[in-house]
Amino acid sequence: MNAIVLPVIVPFALMLLLIIVRNSRLAQYISVVGSTILLGISIWLFRHLTLKGISSLNIGSWDAPFGISFVLDYFSGLMLITASIIIFALTVYSIYFMEGTHRDNKFYVFLFSLTMGVSGAFLTGDAFNLYVWFEVILISSFVLITLGKTKHQLEGGIKYMALNLIGSLFFLAGLGLLYGKTGTLNMAHLAHILRASEQPILINTSAALFFIAFGIKAAVFPLFFWLPASYHTPNITVTSIFAGLLTKVGVYVLIRFFTLFFVQDQQFWLNLFLIIAGLTMVIGGMAASTYYDTRRILSYHIISQIGYMIMGLGIFTPLAIAGAIFFMMHNMIAKTNIFLVAGLINRVKGTFDLKSIGGLYRQSPVLAVLFILPAFALAGVPPLSGFFAKFVLIKAGIEAGQFLIVGVAIGTAMLTLYSMIKIWNEAFLKKNPSETEANHESTKLRFFEILPSIILGAISLLMGIFAAYVFEFTLTAAEHLVEPAAYIENVLNGLKP
Amino acid sequence: MMLRRSILKFIIGLIFLSNATNLLVFIATGLTAGKPAFVDNSTPSPENLSDPLPQALVLTAIVIGFGIFVFTIALKYKYFETTGTDDLDQLKQTDK
Repeated sequence: MNAIVLPVIVPFALMLLLIIVRNSRLAQYISVVGSTILLGISIWLFRHLTLKGISSLNIGSWDAPFGISFVLDYFSGLMLITASIIIFALTVYSIYFMEGTHRDNKFYVFLFSLTMGVSGAFLTGDAFNLYVWFEVILISSFVLITLGKTKHQLEGGIKYMALNLIGSLFFLAGLGLLYGKTGTLNMAHLAHILRASEQPILINTSAALFFIAFGIKAAVFPLFFWLPASYHTPNITVTSIFAGLLTKVGVYVLIRFFTLFFVQDQQFWLNLFLIIAGLTMVIGGMAASTYYDTRRILSYHIISQIGYMIMGLGIFTPLAIAGAIFFMMHNMIAKTNIFLVAGLINRVKGTFDLKSIGGLYRQSPVLAVLFILPAFALAGVPPLSGFFAKFVLIKAGIEAGQFLIVGVAIGTAMLTLYSMIKIWNEAFLKKNPSETEANHESTKLRFFEILPSIILGAISLLMGIFAAYVFEFTLTAAEHLVEPAAYIENVLNGLKP
Repeated sequence: MMLRRSILKFIIGLIFLSNATNLLVFIATGLTAGKPAFVDNSTPSPENLSDPLPQALVLTAIVIGFGIFVFTIALKYKYFETTGTDDLDQLKQTDK
Protein backbone atom coordinates (compact mmCIF):
# COMPACT_ATOMS: atom_id res chain seq x y z
CA MET A 1 0.00 0.00 0.00
CA ASN A 2 1.60 3.21 -1.15
CA ALA A 3 -0.20 5.55 1.24
CA ILE A 4 2.04 4.46 4.10
CA VAL A 5 4.72 6.92 3.06
CA LEU A 6 2.29 9.86 3.16
CA PRO A 7 3.05 10.76 6.81
CA VAL A 8 6.65 11.20 5.68
CA ILE A 9 6.00 12.80 2.30
CA VAL A 10 3.48 15.39 3.49
CA PRO A 11 5.76 17.03 6.11
CA PHE A 12 8.56 16.96 3.55
CA ALA A 13 6.43 18.78 0.99
CA LEU A 14 5.34 21.27 3.65
CA MET A 15 8.96 21.81 4.58
CA LEU A 16 9.92 22.63 1.00
CA LEU A 17 6.90 24.90 0.66
CA LEU A 18 7.73 26.73 3.87
CA ILE A 19 11.30 27.37 2.81
CA ILE A 20 9.89 29.36 -0.11
CA VAL A 21 7.18 31.16 1.87
CA ARG A 22 8.82 34.04 3.70
CA ASN A 23 5.69 35.76 4.98
CA SER A 24 5.25 34.57 8.57
CA ARG A 25 1.45 34.97 8.64
CA LEU A 26 1.08 32.85 5.52
CA ALA A 27 3.52 30.29 6.91
CA GLN A 28 1.32 29.93 9.99
CA TYR A 29 -1.79 29.26 7.93
CA ILE A 30 0.05 26.76 5.74
CA SER A 31 1.33 24.87 8.74
CA VAL A 32 -2.07 24.70 10.42
CA VAL A 33 -3.67 23.40 7.23
CA GLY A 34 -0.77 21.04 6.67
CA SER A 35 -0.95 19.55 10.12
CA THR A 36 -4.70 19.08 9.75
CA ILE A 37 -4.05 17.12 6.57
CA LEU A 38 -1.45 15.09 8.41
CA LEU A 39 -3.92 14.28 11.18
CA GLY A 40 -6.50 13.27 8.58
CA ILE A 41 -4.00 10.98 6.87
CA SER A 42 -2.97 9.24 10.04
CA ILE A 43 -6.58 8.64 11.09
CA TRP A 44 -7.37 7.32 7.62
CA LEU A 45 -4.34 5.04 7.75
CA PHE A 46 -5.43 3.72 11.12
CA ARG A 47 -8.91 3.05 9.80
CA HIS A 48 -7.39 1.19 6.89
CA LEU A 49 -5.34 -0.78 9.40
CA THR A 50 -8.37 -1.86 11.43
CA LEU A 51 -10.10 -3.04 8.27
CA LYS A 52 -7.26 -4.71 6.38
CA GLY A 53 -4.67 -5.54 9.03
CA ILE A 54 -0.94 -4.85 8.98
CA SER A 55 0.36 -3.51 5.71
CA SER A 56 3.81 -2.86 4.41
CA LEU A 57 5.51 -1.15 1.50
CA ASN A 58 8.89 -1.85 -0.03
CA ILE A 59 10.45 1.37 -1.19
CA GLY A 60 11.67 1.20 -4.78
CA SER A 61 10.12 -2.26 -5.19
CA TRP A 62 13.16 -3.99 -3.72
CA ASP A 63 11.88 -7.06 -1.97
CA ALA A 64 11.67 -7.13 1.78
CA PRO A 65 14.94 -8.30 3.31
CA PHE A 66 16.99 -6.34 0.76
CA GLY A 67 15.24 -3.02 0.29
CA ILE A 68 13.90 -0.60 2.84
CA SER A 69 10.39 -1.41 3.94
CA PHE A 70 7.82 0.72 5.71
CA VAL A 71 5.45 -1.15 7.97
CA LEU A 72 2.21 0.04 9.46
CA ASP A 73 1.03 -2.02 12.41
CA TYR A 74 -1.20 -1.14 15.34
CA PHE A 75 1.61 0.20 17.49
CA SER A 76 2.95 2.57 14.88
CA GLY A 77 -0.57 3.54 13.79
CA LEU A 78 -1.53 4.59 17.31
CA MET A 79 1.71 6.49 17.76
CA LEU A 80 1.23 8.28 14.45
CA ILE A 81 -2.24 9.47 15.40
CA THR A 82 -1.06 10.73 18.77
CA ALA A 83 1.94 12.49 17.24
CA SER A 84 -0.15 14.22 14.59
CA ILE A 85 -2.69 15.39 17.17
CA ILE A 86 0.19 17.01 19.04
CA ILE A 87 1.64 18.59 15.92
CA PHE A 88 -1.79 19.98 15.06
CA ALA A 89 -2.28 21.49 18.50
CA LEU A 90 1.20 22.98 18.42
CA THR A 91 0.84 24.64 15.05
CA VAL A 92 -2.25 26.41 16.35
CA TYR A 93 -0.51 27.28 19.60
CA SER A 94 2.62 28.60 17.94
CA ILE A 95 0.68 31.35 16.16
CA TYR A 96 0.48 33.32 19.37
CA PHE A 97 3.50 32.08 21.23
CA MET A 98 6.33 32.71 18.89
CA GLU A 99 8.46 35.69 19.60
CA GLY A 100 11.41 37.31 17.89
CA THR A 101 13.42 34.90 15.81
CA HIS A 102 10.87 32.14 16.30
CA ARG A 103 8.33 34.14 14.41
CA ASP A 104 9.47 33.52 10.86
CA ASN A 105 9.20 30.48 8.64
CA LYS A 106 12.39 28.87 10.00
CA PHE A 107 10.59 27.46 13.02
CA TYR A 108 7.96 25.82 10.85
CA VAL A 109 10.51 24.38 8.45
CA PHE A 110 12.25 22.59 11.28
CA LEU A 111 9.00 21.69 13.01
CA PHE A 112 7.97 19.77 9.93
CA SER A 113 11.35 18.20 9.42
CA LEU A 114 11.05 16.98 13.01
CA THR A 115 7.59 15.66 12.20
CA MET A 116 8.97 13.89 9.17
CA GLY A 117 11.66 12.26 11.26
CA VAL A 118 9.22 11.15 13.93
CA SER A 119 6.75 9.68 11.42
CA GLY A 120 9.59 7.97 9.62
CA ALA A 121 10.89 6.45 12.84
CA PHE A 122 7.42 5.15 13.71
CA LEU A 123 6.86 3.64 10.28
CA THR A 124 10.15 2.23 9.14
CA GLY A 125 10.80 -1.48 9.13
CA ASP A 126 14.52 -1.21 8.59
CA ALA A 127 17.01 -0.70 11.38
CA PHE A 128 19.46 1.44 9.43
CA ASN A 129 16.68 3.55 8.03
CA LEU A 130 15.64 4.09 11.63
CA TYR A 131 19.13 5.48 12.30
CA VAL A 132 18.68 7.92 9.44
CA TRP A 133 15.32 9.07 10.81
CA PHE A 134 16.89 9.51 14.20
CA GLU A 135 19.49 11.80 12.70
CA VAL A 136 16.73 13.78 10.97
CA ILE A 137 15.02 14.19 14.33
CA LEU A 138 18.29 15.11 16.01
CA ILE A 139 19.40 17.78 13.61
CA SER A 140 15.98 19.44 13.54
CA SER A 141 15.76 19.39 17.31
CA PHE A 142 19.25 20.92 17.57
CA VAL A 143 18.10 23.79 15.42
CA LEU A 144 14.80 24.19 17.28
CA ILE A 145 16.46 24.25 20.67
CA THR A 146 18.99 26.91 19.72
CA LEU A 147 16.68 28.98 17.55
CA GLY A 148 16.46 31.86 20.02
CA LYS A 149 20.27 32.22 20.15
CA THR A 150 20.28 33.32 23.78
CA LYS A 151 23.09 32.21 26.03
CA HIS A 152 21.00 29.70 27.94
CA GLN A 153 19.63 28.15 24.80
CA LEU A 154 23.06 27.75 23.26
CA GLU A 155 24.32 26.21 26.45
CA GLY A 156 21.40 23.81 26.72
CA GLY A 157 21.85 23.09 23.02
CA ILE A 158 25.48 22.09 23.47
CA LYS A 159 24.65 19.68 26.28
CA TYR A 160 21.72 18.22 24.43
CA MET A 161 23.78 17.82 21.30
CA ALA A 162 26.81 16.23 22.93
CA LEU A 163 24.91 13.51 24.77
CA ASN A 164 22.56 12.73 21.94
CA LEU A 165 25.40 12.50 19.45
CA ILE A 166 27.12 9.96 21.65
CA GLY A 167 23.81 8.09 21.80
CA SER A 168 23.66 8.01 18.01
CA LEU A 169 27.18 6.66 17.80
CA PHE A 170 26.26 3.82 20.14
CA PHE A 171 23.26 3.12 17.95
CA LEU A 172 25.44 3.00 14.85
CA ALA A 173 27.99 0.71 16.48
CA GLY A 174 25.17 -1.60 17.56
CA LEU A 175 23.83 -1.65 14.02
CA GLY A 176 27.21 -2.53 12.60
CA LEU A 177 27.70 -5.43 14.97
CA LEU A 178 24.16 -6.65 14.36
CA TYR A 179 24.65 -6.61 10.62
CA GLY A 180 27.95 -8.41 11.00
CA LYS A 181 26.28 -11.20 12.96
CA THR A 182 23.04 -11.60 11.02
CA GLY A 183 23.68 -10.14 7.59
CA THR A 184 20.41 -8.23 7.51
CA LEU A 185 18.98 -4.99 8.81
CA ASN A 186 15.33 -5.51 8.02
CA MET A 187 13.55 -5.69 11.38
CA ALA A 188 11.23 -8.51 10.38
CA HIS A 189 14.07 -10.48 8.86
CA LEU A 190 16.17 -9.86 11.97
CA ALA A 191 13.33 -11.20 14.07
CA HIS A 192 13.06 -14.20 11.78
CA ILE A 193 16.76 -15.00 12.13
CA LEU A 194 17.27 -14.10 15.77
CA ARG A 195 14.21 -15.92 17.04
CA ALA A 196 15.56 -19.09 15.46
CA SER A 197 19.19 -18.72 16.58
CA GLU A 198 20.50 -19.80 19.94
CA GLN A 199 23.50 -17.59 20.56
CA PRO A 200 22.35 -15.07 23.15
CA ILE A 201 25.87 -14.08 24.14
CA LEU A 202 26.74 -12.81 20.68
CA ILE A 203 23.56 -10.83 20.32
CA ASN A 204 23.82 -9.29 23.76
CA THR A 205 26.67 -7.01 22.72
CA SER A 206 24.43 -5.37 20.13
CA ALA A 207 21.49 -5.35 22.48
CA ALA A 208 23.55 -3.56 25.12
CA LEU A 209 24.72 -0.94 22.64
CA PHE A 210 21.14 -0.38 21.49
CA PHE A 211 19.97 -0.17 25.05
CA ILE A 212 22.51 2.56 25.85
CA ALA A 213 21.64 4.43 22.67
CA PHE A 214 17.89 4.43 23.22
CA GLY A 215 18.32 4.84 26.93
CA ILE A 216 19.98 8.17 26.21
CA LYS A 217 17.23 9.12 23.76
CA ALA A 218 14.45 8.05 26.10
CA ALA A 219 16.15 9.61 29.16
CA VAL A 220 16.04 6.58 31.47
CA PHE A 221 17.73 6.57 34.83
CA PRO A 222 21.50 6.76 34.57
CA LEU A 223 21.39 8.49 31.18
CA PHE A 224 18.88 11.30 31.57
CA PHE A 225 21.08 14.27 32.46
CA TRP A 226 20.79 16.04 29.15
CA LEU A 227 17.04 16.41 29.50
CA PRO A 228 16.61 18.68 32.52
CA ALA A 229 19.66 20.68 31.43
CA SER A 230 18.20 21.61 28.08
CA TYR A 231 14.41 21.31 28.10
CA HIS A 232 13.66 24.43 30.02
CA THR A 233 15.73 26.75 27.86
CA PRO A 234 13.89 27.16 24.53
CA ASN A 235 10.59 28.80 23.72
CA ILE A 236 7.73 26.99 25.46
CA THR A 237 6.29 25.77 22.17
CA VAL A 238 9.56 24.03 21.34
CA THR A 239 9.71 22.50 24.81
CA SER A 240 6.17 21.19 24.38
CA ILE A 241 7.11 19.50 21.10
CA PHE A 242 10.15 17.90 22.66
CA ALA A 243 8.23 16.82 25.73
CA GLY A 244 5.51 15.23 23.64
CA LEU A 245 7.56 13.55 20.96
CA LEU A 246 11.29 13.09 21.41
CA THR A 247 11.73 10.86 24.43
CA LYS A 248 8.71 8.82 23.36
CA VAL A 249 10.41 7.92 20.09
CA GLY A 250 13.23 6.43 22.16
CA VAL A 251 10.73 4.41 24.19
CA TYR A 252 8.95 3.35 21.02
CA VAL A 253 12.15 1.93 19.59
CA LEU A 254 13.06 0.21 22.86
CA ILE A 255 9.68 -1.52 22.92
CA ARG A 256 9.90 -2.37 19.22
CA PHE A 257 13.41 -3.82 19.35
CA PHE A 258 13.13 -5.70 22.59
CA THR A 259 9.79 -7.30 21.70
CA LEU A 260 10.66 -8.05 18.10
CA PHE A 261 14.13 -9.48 18.06
CA PHE A 262 16.18 -9.13 21.22
CA VAL A 263 14.32 -11.97 22.84
CA GLN A 264 17.10 -14.50 23.49
CA ASP A 265 18.38 -13.55 26.89
CA GLN A 266 15.06 -12.19 27.95
CA GLN A 267 15.18 -12.83 31.67
CA PHE A 268 18.27 -10.69 32.12
CA TRP A 269 16.94 -7.80 30.03
CA LEU A 270 13.51 -7.75 31.58
CA ASN A 271 14.95 -7.64 35.07
CA LEU A 272 17.27 -4.85 34.03
CA PHE A 273 14.31 -2.96 32.59
CA LEU A 274 12.35 -3.34 35.81
CA ILE A 275 15.24 -2.08 37.95
CA ILE A 276 15.86 0.85 35.64
CA ALA A 277 12.15 1.64 35.43
CA GLY A 278 11.89 1.81 39.20
CA LEU A 279 14.95 4.04 39.58
CA THR A 280 13.84 6.30 36.73
CA MET A 281 10.41 6.77 38.26
CA VAL A 282 11.63 7.52 41.76
CA ILE A 283 14.54 9.77 40.86
CA GLY A 284 12.52 11.75 38.32
CA GLY A 285 9.67 12.20 40.77
CA MET A 286 11.94 13.22 43.65
CA ALA A 287 13.98 15.65 41.57
CA ALA A 288 10.76 17.25 40.35
CA SER A 289 9.65 17.99 43.87
CA THR A 290 12.71 20.11 44.66
CA TYR A 291 12.24 22.75 41.97
CA TYR A 292 10.14 25.87 41.75
CA ASP A 293 10.32 26.57 38.03
CA THR A 294 7.28 24.99 36.35
CA ARG A 295 9.31 23.98 33.31
CA ARG A 296 11.92 22.21 35.43
CA ILE A 297 9.30 20.38 37.48
CA LEU A 298 7.64 19.21 34.32
CA SER A 299 10.97 18.23 32.72
CA TYR A 300 11.76 15.92 35.61
CA HIS A 301 8.25 14.57 35.32
CA ILE A 302 8.96 13.46 31.79
CA ILE A 303 11.78 11.32 33.17
CA SER A 304 9.64 9.92 35.94
CA GLN A 305 6.96 8.92 33.49
CA ILE A 306 9.36 7.30 31.06
CA GLY A 307 9.84 4.87 33.97
CA TYR A 308 6.23 3.70 33.72
CA MET A 309 6.59 2.92 30.04
CA ILE A 310 9.80 0.96 30.62
CA MET A 311 8.03 -0.83 33.47
CA GLY A 312 5.38 -2.04 31.02
CA LEU A 313 8.12 -3.38 28.78
CA GLY A 314 9.87 -5.00 31.72
CA ILE A 315 6.81 -6.92 32.90
CA PHE A 316 6.34 -8.17 29.34
CA THR A 317 2.85 -9.60 29.34
CA PRO A 318 0.43 -8.47 26.61
CA LEU A 319 -1.53 -6.61 29.27
CA ALA A 320 1.54 -4.77 30.53
CA ILE A 321 2.69 -3.76 27.07
CA ALA A 322 -0.84 -2.61 26.25
CA GLY A 323 -0.65 -0.55 29.41
CA ALA A 324 2.69 0.89 28.35
CA ILE A 325 1.31 1.87 24.94
CA PHE A 326 -1.79 3.39 26.51
CA PHE A 327 0.46 5.23 28.92
CA MET A 328 2.60 6.55 26.08
CA MET A 329 -0.42 7.90 24.21
CA HIS A 330 -1.87 9.44 27.35
CA ASN A 331 1.46 10.87 28.37
CA MET A 332 2.27 12.40 24.99
CA ILE A 333 -1.03 14.27 25.02
CA ALA A 334 -1.20 15.25 28.67
CA LYS A 335 2.46 16.22 28.85
CA THR A 336 2.28 18.46 25.81
CA ASN A 337 -0.87 19.97 27.19
CA ILE A 338 0.62 20.77 30.58
CA PHE A 339 3.57 22.47 28.95
CA LEU A 340 1.14 24.51 26.88
CA VAL A 341 -0.66 25.51 30.06
CA ALA A 342 2.69 26.45 31.62
CA GLY A 343 3.18 28.68 28.60
CA LEU A 344 -0.25 30.23 29.18
CA ILE A 345 0.59 30.88 32.83
CA ASN A 346 3.78 32.51 31.66
CA ARG A 347 1.79 34.62 29.22
CA VAL A 348 -0.52 35.80 31.98
CA LYS A 349 2.12 36.27 34.66
CA GLY A 350 5.32 36.81 32.74
CA THR A 351 7.37 34.21 34.62
CA PHE A 352 7.80 30.48 35.09
CA ASP A 353 8.95 30.81 38.69
CA LEU A 354 6.29 29.50 41.06
CA LYS A 355 7.50 31.64 43.94
CA SER A 356 6.63 34.89 42.28
CA ILE A 357 3.18 34.04 40.97
CA GLY A 358 -0.11 33.34 42.66
CA GLY A 359 -3.79 34.12 42.72
CA LEU A 360 -4.33 32.72 39.24
CA TYR A 361 -7.54 30.99 40.23
CA ARG A 362 -9.18 34.28 41.02
CA GLN A 363 -7.71 35.92 37.98
CA SER A 364 -8.52 33.28 35.39
CA PRO A 365 -10.78 30.34 36.33
CA VAL A 366 -10.58 29.03 32.75
CA LEU A 367 -6.84 28.58 33.07
CA ALA A 368 -7.39 26.72 36.33
CA VAL A 369 -9.68 24.23 34.60
CA LEU A 370 -7.21 23.86 31.76
CA PHE A 371 -4.44 23.15 34.25
CA ILE A 372 -6.49 20.66 36.23
CA LEU A 373 -7.22 18.45 33.21
CA PRO A 374 -3.65 17.47 32.26
CA ALA A 375 -2.36 17.71 35.83
CA PHE A 376 -4.92 15.24 37.13
CA ALA A 377 -4.49 13.11 34.04
CA LEU A 378 -0.76 12.88 34.77
CA ALA A 379 -1.34 12.21 38.44
CA GLY A 380 -3.86 9.51 37.55
CA VAL A 381 -7.16 10.73 38.94
CA PRO A 382 -10.03 8.43 37.85
CA PRO A 383 -12.10 9.87 35.04
CA LEU A 384 -9.02 10.97 33.08
CA SER A 385 -6.72 9.03 30.80
CA GLY A 386 -3.83 8.65 33.22
CA PHE A 387 -5.83 6.62 35.69
CA PHE A 388 -6.58 3.83 33.26
CA ALA A 389 -3.02 3.82 31.95
CA LYS A 390 -1.61 3.40 35.44
CA PHE A 391 -4.38 1.01 36.46
CA VAL A 392 -3.60 -1.34 33.58
CA LEU A 393 0.13 -1.22 34.27
CA ILE A 394 -0.32 -1.91 37.95
CA LYS A 395 -2.85 -4.67 37.34
CA ALA A 396 -0.44 -6.30 34.90
CA GLY A 397 2.32 -5.97 37.46
CA ILE A 398 0.27 -7.67 40.16
CA GLU A 399 -0.79 -10.44 37.82
CA ALA A 400 2.84 -11.05 36.89
CA GLY A 401 3.83 -11.08 40.56
CA GLN A 402 6.16 -8.08 40.32
CA PHE A 403 5.04 -6.52 43.58
CA LEU A 404 8.12 -4.39 44.19
CA ILE A 405 7.79 -2.43 40.96
CA VAL A 406 4.05 -2.02 41.58
CA GLY A 407 4.83 -0.50 44.96
CA VAL A 408 7.33 1.86 43.41
CA ALA A 409 4.85 2.85 40.71
CA ILE A 410 2.15 3.65 43.25
CA GLY A 411 4.60 5.60 45.36
CA THR A 412 5.71 7.61 42.34
CA ALA A 413 2.10 8.38 41.47
CA MET A 414 1.91 10.01 44.90
CA LEU A 415 5.05 12.03 44.15
CA THR A 416 3.51 13.17 40.88
CA LEU A 417 0.34 14.16 42.67
CA TYR A 418 2.44 16.04 45.22
CA SER A 419 4.25 18.17 42.68
CA MET A 420 1.08 18.84 40.70
CA ILE A 421 -0.55 20.01 43.92
CA LYS A 422 2.50 22.15 44.55
CA ILE A 423 2.08 23.92 41.22
CA TRP A 424 -1.63 24.25 41.91
CA ASN A 425 -1.08 25.73 45.36
CA GLU A 426 1.66 28.07 44.36
CA ALA A 427 0.25 29.30 41.10
CA PHE A 428 -3.47 29.22 41.60
CA LEU A 429 -4.45 29.29 45.26
CA LYS A 430 -1.72 31.30 46.97
CA LYS A 431 -2.20 35.05 47.28
CA ASN A 432 -0.48 37.03 44.58
CA PRO A 433 2.92 38.29 45.78
CA SER A 434 2.68 42.01 45.48
CA GLU A 435 5.98 42.84 43.80
CA THR A 436 5.18 41.09 40.52
CA GLU A 437 1.94 42.89 40.05
CA ALA A 438 3.77 46.15 39.80
CA ASN A 439 6.11 45.21 36.98
CA HIS A 440 3.90 43.00 34.88
CA GLU A 441 0.66 44.08 33.34
CA SER A 442 -1.54 40.99 33.44
CA THR A 443 -2.88 40.07 30.05
CA LYS A 444 -6.20 38.55 29.11
CA LEU A 445 -6.06 35.34 27.12
CA ARG A 446 -7.73 35.16 23.76
CA PHE A 447 -9.82 32.15 22.79
CA PHE A 448 -7.45 30.93 20.09
CA GLU A 449 -4.57 30.96 22.52
CA ILE A 450 -6.27 28.45 24.78
CA LEU A 451 -7.90 26.43 21.98
CA PRO A 452 -5.06 23.87 21.59
CA SER A 453 -5.04 23.30 25.29
CA ILE A 454 -8.81 22.80 25.28
CA ILE A 455 -8.50 20.26 22.47
CA LEU A 456 -5.76 18.28 24.19
CA GLY A 457 -7.58 18.43 27.53
CA ALA A 458 -10.75 17.16 25.89
CA ILE A 459 -8.81 14.32 24.28
CA SER A 460 -7.37 13.17 27.58
CA LEU A 461 -10.85 13.35 29.12
CA LEU A 462 -12.30 11.32 26.24
CA MET A 463 -9.45 8.83 26.41
CA GLY A 464 -10.45 8.35 30.04
CA ILE A 465 -14.17 8.01 29.44
CA PHE A 466 -13.84 5.77 26.39
CA ALA A 467 -10.83 3.98 27.81
CA ALA A 468 -12.31 0.61 26.86
CA TYR A 469 -12.19 1.37 23.11
CA VAL A 470 -8.70 2.80 23.16
CA PHE A 471 -7.55 -0.04 25.36
CA GLU A 472 -8.86 -2.58 22.87
CA PHE A 473 -6.59 -1.10 20.20
CA THR A 474 -3.58 -0.96 22.47
CA LEU A 475 -4.19 -4.56 23.52
CA THR A 476 -4.25 -5.64 19.88
CA ALA A 477 -1.05 -3.67 19.34
CA ALA A 478 0.54 -5.38 22.33
CA GLU A 479 -0.53 -8.83 21.20
CA HIS A 480 1.01 -8.18 17.82
CA LEU A 481 4.20 -7.10 19.56
CA VAL A 482 4.46 -10.10 21.85
CA GLU A 483 3.57 -12.53 19.06
CA PRO A 484 5.08 -10.83 16.02
CA ALA A 485 4.33 -13.66 13.57
CA ALA A 486 1.83 -11.53 11.64
CA TYR A 487 4.30 -8.67 11.39
CA ILE A 488 7.12 -10.89 10.14
CA GLU A 489 4.88 -12.72 7.69
CA ASN A 490 3.49 -9.54 6.24
CA VAL A 491 6.86 -7.92 5.66
CA LEU A 492 8.59 -11.01 4.33
CA ASN A 493 5.70 -12.06 2.08
CA GLY A 494 4.54 -15.13 3.89
CA LEU A 495 7.83 -16.41 5.28
CA LYS A 496 6.95 -18.32 8.42
CA PRO A 497 8.95 -17.45 11.53
CA MET B 1 39.90 14.38 24.08
CA MET B 2 36.30 14.20 25.26
CA LEU B 3 37.35 14.88 28.80
CA ARG B 4 39.06 18.16 27.93
CA ARG B 5 37.59 21.36 29.21
CA SER B 6 37.77 23.16 25.91
CA ILE B 7 34.59 22.78 23.90
CA LEU B 8 36.48 22.75 20.63
CA LYS B 9 38.67 19.86 21.78
CA PHE B 10 35.60 18.09 23.03
CA ILE B 11 34.10 18.38 19.57
CA ILE B 12 37.30 17.05 17.99
CA GLY B 13 37.05 14.14 20.40
CA LEU B 14 33.49 13.53 19.23
CA ILE B 15 34.68 13.49 15.63
CA PHE B 16 37.29 10.86 16.49
CA LEU B 17 34.65 8.81 18.24
CA SER B 18 32.39 9.06 15.22
CA ASN B 19 35.13 7.94 12.86
CA ALA B 20 35.96 5.07 15.17
CA THR B 21 32.33 4.00 15.08
CA ASN B 22 32.29 4.13 11.30
CA LEU B 23 35.37 1.94 11.17
CA LEU B 24 33.82 -0.45 13.67
CA VAL B 25 30.76 -0.81 11.48
CA PHE B 26 32.95 -1.39 8.48
CA ILE B 27 35.09 -4.03 10.13
CA ALA B 28 32.29 -5.77 12.02
CA THR B 29 30.34 -6.30 8.85
CA GLY B 30 33.21 -8.15 7.25
CA LEU B 31 36.17 -7.05 5.18
CA THR B 32 37.00 -8.90 1.99
CA ALA B 33 40.27 -7.98 0.43
CA GLY B 34 40.73 -7.33 -3.26
CA LYS B 35 37.18 -7.80 -4.40
CA PRO B 36 35.05 -5.03 -5.84
CA ALA B 37 31.62 -4.19 -4.51
CA PHE B 38 30.15 -2.99 -7.77
CA VAL B 39 30.69 -4.91 -10.98
CA ASP B 40 29.37 -4.97 -14.52
CA ASN B 41 27.46 -7.91 -15.92
CA SER B 42 30.54 -9.89 -16.85
CA THR B 43 31.34 -11.22 -13.35
CA PRO B 44 28.09 -12.38 -11.84
CA SER B 45 29.49 -14.91 -9.38
CA PRO B 46 28.96 -13.93 -5.74
CA GLU B 47 32.37 -15.26 -4.69
CA ASN B 48 34.06 -12.47 -6.60
CA LEU B 49 32.08 -9.77 -4.85
CA SER B 50 32.35 -8.11 -1.50
CA ASP B 51 29.17 -7.10 0.27
CA PRO B 52 28.28 -3.59 -0.92
CA LEU B 53 25.83 -2.89 1.88
CA PRO B 54 28.31 -2.07 4.68
CA GLN B 55 30.04 0.33 2.33
CA ALA B 56 26.74 2.04 1.65
CA LEU B 57 25.97 2.14 5.37
CA VAL B 58 29.32 3.64 6.29
CA LEU B 59 29.05 6.16 3.49
CA THR B 60 25.63 7.25 4.76
CA ALA B 61 26.96 7.45 8.30
CA ILE B 62 29.94 9.55 7.20
CA VAL B 63 27.72 11.98 5.33
CA ILE B 64 25.30 12.33 8.24
CA GLY B 65 28.18 12.72 10.67
CA PHE B 66 29.74 15.39 8.50
CA GLY B 67 26.52 17.41 8.40
CA ILE B 68 26.04 17.16 12.11
CA PHE B 69 29.59 18.19 12.93
CA VAL B 70 29.31 21.22 10.70
CA PHE B 71 26.28 22.23 12.72
CA THR B 72 28.08 21.46 15.96
CA ILE B 73 31.02 23.67 15.09
CA ALA B 74 28.67 26.46 13.99
CA LEU B 75 26.87 26.14 17.33
CA LYS B 76 30.17 26.30 19.18
CA TYR B 77 31.16 29.40 17.25
CA LYS B 78 27.85 31.07 18.07
CA TYR B 79 28.29 30.20 21.73
CA PHE B 80 31.79 31.65 21.69
CA GLU B 81 30.48 34.82 20.08
CA THR B 82 27.73 35.25 22.66
CA THR B 83 29.72 34.41 25.75
CA GLY B 84 33.37 34.76 24.81
CA THR B 85 34.33 31.52 26.50
CA ASP B 86 35.49 28.11 25.37
CA ASP B 87 35.40 26.50 28.78
CA LEU B 88 33.06 23.63 29.55
CA ASP B 89 33.15 24.60 33.21
CA GLN B 90 31.22 27.72 32.30
CA LEU B 91 28.35 25.57 31.10
CA LYS B 92 26.70 25.43 34.47
CA GLN B 93 23.91 27.92 34.24
CA THR B 94 21.28 25.51 32.99
CA ASP B 95 21.89 23.01 35.79
CA LYS B 96 21.18 25.36 38.65
